[in-house]
Amino acid sequence: MKDRTGSTRTTGDPDLSTLVDRATVDPEALARLHTRLEDAAARDGLLDVAYTVVDSPVGRLLLAATEKGLVRVAFHNQDHDKVLDDLAGTLSPRVLRAPKRLDDVARELDQYFSGARRTFDLPLDLSLSHGFRQLVQRHLPEIAYGRTLSYGEVARLVGNPKAVRAVGTACATNPLPVVVPCHRVLRADGTLGGYAGGAAAKSVLLDLESAA
Amino acid sequence: MKKPFERVVEEHAASVLRVCRAVVGVHDADDAWSETFLAAMRAYPDLPDDANVEAWLVTVAHRKAIDITRAGQRHAVPVADLPERPSADGLPDESDPDLWRAVKALPEKQRQAVAYHHFAGLPYREVARIVGGTPEAARRAASDGIKALRTTLSLKGATTP
Repeated sequence: MKDRTGSTRTTGDPDLSTLVDRATVDPEALARLHTRLEDAAARDGLLDVAYTVVDSPVGRLLLAATEKGLVRVAFHNQDHDKVLDDLAGTLSPRVLRAPKRLDDVARELDQYFSGARRTFDLPLDLSLSHGFRQLVQRHLPEIAYGRTLSYGEVARLVGNPKAVRAVGTACATNPLPVVVPCHRVLRADGTLGGYAGGAAAKSVLLDLESAA
Repeated sequence: MKKPFERVVEEHAASVLRVCRAVVGVHDADDAWSETFLAAMRAYPDLPDDANVEAWLVTVAHRKAIDITRAGQRHAVPVADLPERPSADGLPDESDPDLWRAVKALPEKQRQAVAYHHFAGLPYREVARIVGGTPEAARRAASDGIKALRTTLSLKGATTP
């Protein structure tokens, strides 16, 4: 409460502090009101970006969706607060924690991580990437579950065999990791290559898919 | 650049709810809070980046409270189409009934001044801008309100810390 200092008279007045303390509201009331706001915002078309955070074998995942579809998946090590700031800056400041819109995504991810799902059937919003990067990301789901390609092979796949480095950048900047399977792209020598979620997360995903 | 609206809710949800409870009473506070944050979310992209968010929210809440009070006076009788509202039929989460009853008994100007200055933490200059009148009048209204609350409550509050 930054402006509380504006009232010098009130500080040091125990009665008044008691009184203000007694006005404290309980967390349950706030939680219930938050849910009500999520519903009303969705109903009125104000929920430009809904997000939630879910647990997974590769750590906490931030999931964000616009009205068009899933727009961002972020690993814990990508700093969720910063990711939300970026979404507010690039898409809309109307960003609200509203798990309901992410229910389908969360369910399909659960199925994927338990080995019961091989492809995702979700509406995607690719508006966070453009041009060649988006082209690459559109093609990545063509790499089948449990298979891998090298960066060079993906460059050929998208019809630009010389763009090996650009393919690497496109994978590194994939706004929808796991769902858009950039983890299935490896170095030509078979080593892992980079991954936004860290090498360990990439291994977990590849192991999961090779075990199934 | 604006921060995500979720952070505005996190930072101000509690103080706006206290303000709503104070100015419209515990029973209508949830509606007032919901309408305030929905209206705020609608207008948020156009809010100047350097705006005082707390003062802005209290201003919105103040207007919503007026709407709700007027609507309550207009149709105090009909019961047919109640607005959808979570089950609780009594006063939801009335953490401190004595306090809210005492606040409710204050004259409107005192209630608003106490809510906006003491519960929301706004300086008297901002309080005056919202309720009208001078900062000095707002200060007096808050002071009179606190005095009245002290009389009604302080004995209970002060003796049992």
